[in-house]
Amino acid sequence: MRGLSVRDVWRSVAIALLLVAAILLPIGQKNYIIYVLTSWLIFTIAAMGLNLTLGYAGQISLAQASFMAIGAYVTALLTLAGWHWLAALPPALIISFVVGLILGYPALRVKGHFLAFVTLAFNTLVFLVLRNEDWLTGGTYGLSGMPRPDFGLFSTDKHLPFYYFTLGITVIAALALWGIVRSPWGRAFKALRENPVRAESLGVDTRRVTLLAFAIGSVYGGLAGALITPLVQFIEPGSFGLAHSLRILLMVVVGGAGYFFGPFIGAAVVILLPEVLRFTEGYYLIIYSALVIVMLVFVPSGLIGVWGRLKAKVWPKQQVRTDMAEGAGLQ
Amino acid sequence: MSDPVLSIRNIEKSFGGIRAVRGVSFDVHKGEVLGLIGPNGSGKSTLFNCILGQLAPDAGEVSVNGRSVAGMRASQMNRLGVGRTFQQLSVFPKMSVLDNIILAGQEHHGTMLSRLFGAPDAGLTGEAERMIAFFRLTHLRDELAGSLSYGQQKLVDAAMAFMAGPSLVLLDEPAGGVNLTMLSHFKERLSAYNAEHGTTFVVIEHNMEFVMSLCTRIIVLAEGAVIAEGSPDEIRANQTVIDAYLGG
Ligand SMILES: Nc1ncnc2c1ncn2[C@@H]1O[C@H](COP(=O)(O)OP(=O)(O)OP(=O)(O)O)[C@@H](O)[C@H]1O
Ligand SMILES: [Mg+2]
Repeated sequence: MRGLSVRDVWRSVAIALLLVAAILLPIGQKNYIIYVLTSWLIFTIAAMGLNLTLGYAGQISLAQASFMAIGAYVTALLTLAGWHWLAALPPALIISFVVGLILGYPALRVKGHFLAFVTLAFNTLVFLVLRNEDWLTGGTYGLSGMPRPDFGLFSTDKHLPFYYFTLGITVIAALALWGIVRSPWGRAFKALRENPVRAESLGVDTRRVTLLAFAIGSVYGGLAGALITPLVQFIEPGSFGLAHSLRILLMVVVGGAGYFFGPFIGAAVVILLPEVLRFTEGYYLIIYSALVIVMLVFVPSGLIGVWGRLKAKVWPKQQVRTDMAEGAGLQ
Repeated sequence: MSDPVLSIRNIEKSFGGIRAVRGVSFDVHKGEVLGLIGPNGSGKSTLFNCILGQLAPDAGEVSVNGRSVAGMRASQMNRLGVGRTFQQLSVFPKMSVLDNIILAGQEHHGTMLSRLFGAPDAGLTGEAERMIAFFRLTHLRDELAGSLSYGQQKLVDAAMAFMAGPSLVLLDEPAGGVNLTMLSHFKERLSAYNAEHGTTFVVIEHNMEFVMSLCTRIIVLAEGAVIAEGSPDEIRANQTVIDAYLGG
């Protein structure tokens, strides 16, 4: 192991500053602001999961909102039945994992656009189940009155404590993901994205890795859902429709797919921008949509990619060559 | 006599109307360096892919160390100790050279769980650095593999095939695009590796100087079938081979 590089030191300082900012930001703010900040954290978690599946492992999914739904409904049903939130969390995560694993199976057969359609259909399926099985899910009326977790000395009933509670969970989730992406598993995920045929020939069980990429990404969706339930204390199928999966996808793309901190930035942009642009009255939607189109067309590597390009101008560094074809192509 | 390291019997593979491989059989014994040559489109790469589980042959049998590998996935073959390279460059462009090499070894170390919770490098940094040095790539260790020149990437690609300590290595045109100095170094490295570890090689190559000086035995394919087999000298003198491949 080598010592810390200058880059590592800068990175640690930046993370520490961000964390301090995240702690200080909501103090003295109106409830609504705190609420928006909390949903930023929650969507960041959902986007982190999709970033693993899509950004690191290269598997497209338009179903992340349906895993938020699974996490949200399992948590809601169990906490309404009197379980503590902490007790409801493991079942929510385990069910998300298992369903994510099942969703991974089609990815073993279809890729790209077709996989996008399969996951899209899955999202719709979950939506329909939630709407139609009203004996369990309350149908279109949804579920309401879920309690916020109470930890004795620390109750999250007020918005500010709930924000800090969510922040704590976000930090834990981010650390866990950091551990995964720099482990051999993370290397295998990237290898799957960059050259699955070569990865397979080097002993990587690409089937298993594909399934795990979906399952772990789904767990993050489930975790985000488990936090949405006590935040809004009212859930209905419409909150987890396809449009929401697309929003999470946008967060990953805007932040920069495959960059660890991309989801934080992407979620902030996708959630906060409409708020910031609210003063433009009815035009904010237009400005916002235009920005998104511009991003997708001109900066597919996301905002972190923009930063990387600027940096490359100042300190030119290694870059992947585009003059050489990649891929094994079974030759 | 011990089992051949690799034994293939009557392999057949067609793509639509094209019979790419027509009933090829041969054995490769421990420590051998077998050359596989033949004109473009004679079915060499297809044969490799049939042997290695990347393609399912229409008929025939493949066994490694006496054990049938029918229906085995490429990753399982690799864990049995079979390494390979592809004809086309196959590195992971957005990973560093070091990460490419570590990836090539990590699935052979520990368990699923230790690969999640254990050391991020699976304890392979030292070994990977030795492999990188072996191929004289040390100065490129932390570069993105995709930023290297073609020949350098070719060497990374080859290095990956050795990282798991394979007993059998199949190389598909390793010399293509590698400069002459590097090539003679590479050839010398392969011979050294073969002598040191007793590793068995099967090498597809169009560079005759490379094949003739490296290989102990050569098999010639034409239109999907074996037309000749022998020592480099025998092959050089074989009229059928000269007509079909080596030319005037
Ligand atoms: N995936 C495929 N689909 C259809 N035809 C294929 C496929 N792969 C190979 N072929 C055909 O099979 C035949 C043998 O191809 P192969 O790549 O095995 O030849 P080769 O001996 O490796 O040639 P080269 O020296 O040019 O690499 C060719 O006619 C080729 O067009
Ligand atoms: Mg070939």
